[in-house]
Amino acid sequence: MCTVCGCGEGEVKIEGQPQRHTLIRGLQPAPEHSHGHTHDYGQGAAHAHAPGMTQSRMVQIEQDILGKNNQYAAQNRQWLAERSILALNLVSSPGSGKTTLLTETLTRLQGIVPMAVVEGDQQTSNDADRIRATGVPALQINTGKGCHLDAHMVGHALESLPIEQGGILFIENVGNLVCPAAFDLGEAHKVVILSVTEGEDKPIKYPDMFHAADLMILNKVDLLPYLRFDVAKCEEYARRVNPSIQILHVSATSGEGMEGWLDWLQQQRLGRTDTILP
Amino acid sequence: MHEMSLCEGVLQILESEAKRQHFTKVKTVWLEIGTMSGVDIEAMRFCFDVIVRHSLADGARLEIIEVPAQAWCLDCAQTVTVQQRYDACPQCGSYQLQVTSGEEMRIKELEVE
Ligand SMILES: Nc1nc2c(ncn2[C@@H]2O[C@H](COP(=O)(O)OP(=O)(O)OP(=O)(O)O)[C@@H](O)[C@H]2O)c(=O)[nH]1
Ligand SMILES: [Mg+2]
Ligand SMILES: [Zn+2]
Ligand SMILES: [Zn+2]
Ligand SMILES: [Zn+2]
Ligand SMILES: [Zn+2]
Repeated sequence: MCTVCGCGEGEVKIEGQPQRHTLIRGLQPAPEHSHGHTHDYGQGAAHAHAPGMTQSRMVQIEQDILGKNNQYAAQNRQWLAERSILALNLVSSPGSGKTTLLTETLTRLQGIVPMAVVEGDQQTSNDADRIRATGVPALQINTGKGCHLDAHMVGHALESLPIEQGGILFIENVGNLVCPAAFDLGEAHKVVILSVTEGEDKPIKYPDMFHAADLMILNKVDLLPYLRFDVAKCEEYARRVNPSIQILHVSATSGEGMEGWLDWLQQQRLGRTDTILP
Repeated sequence: MHEMSLCEGVLQILESEAKRQHFTKVKTVWLEIGTMSGVDIEAMRFCFDVIVRHSLADGARLEIIEVPAQAWCLDCAQTVTVQQRYDACPQCGSYQLQVTSGEEMRIKELEVE
């Protein structure tokens, strides 16, 4: 990753192409963001330092470490709000069923609601291909070694993804229950998907994620008869770390509980747009 | 959680502040890290040393000020100290707690030349 601008150029790829700043909408390329990539400052000073020649001084900073990400997130949020687009950040451990839930959702809502998908994975465009097979536009971001999407990458994605006014943007984050919790992408809600094969204590093992999410989807409930998974305990743990979390039970493969999820989506859209809804 | 990216974030801030506040070398960095921020302090120290190598903060000292996590208990109507998000109120056992501090991840100040 480029430590000058932190944009991970050369590692982050959007649809197989290196992420480039010229694509960013409305962002002023700051001087340190101009991508000459000559990392030549300070080196001499740091090594050839004559003791006693310079005076140290204190500098107050008081800045959030993730401040830069939060600025990008705020710009994404504004861009989305101007278009009444509902953006959802889907987070979970690998394999909980995010892409399956998405393809099932897209198939059901297609032709009724405009939708688009951003797919985040370290490698491959498999998930974006699965989404496109439904006919909905998708854009794949490969984070390389990175273990989460950040607001900067999503800003680049919004540049090139066709998404209509009043629609829903689904962002499938990299499968990881840890750091995506800390990175605001500009979404309206984080939705955490937990599959019943993962054990009921995930909410207290990874409390930050369940705290950051507004909705928990308990997926793969079709498998409950074969497992020892305590649903009530799981919900109690989730509410411990987040008393206001909403919870839905779904099986993306059997279709059980899909109505509840689609209703939730529609409610969120109604909450943020006055465009005519079906 | 995720200390490599966080240290990259720190270095970015150091570099833009170096231009704004006219310094060329960072000798000490003070961070405020909440005990509920999910940051592993040891991992942070390790990543910091790696990330700042050959930068303006090469060899800089990292001072971490840990901010204890506190929460407002709705039942007790007072501030209590907690360790984890899923902790119960140490006084009454309720889970109706609102975290008020302990999530900080901030650069506080620098010693520079
Ligand atoms: N039984 C059952 N299997 C499911 C369900 N949802 C998904 N699966 C299966 O779980 C596996 C992983 O599903 P994906 O949709 O690829 O999961 P994902 O979260 O997108 O995975 P990553 O993107 O790799 O993190 C696949 O074999 C799915 O068929 C479900 O509701 N029930
Ligand atoms: Mg997937
Ligand atoms: Zn760069
Ligand atoms: Zn960029
Ligand atoms: Zn990460
Ligand atoms: Zn109490």
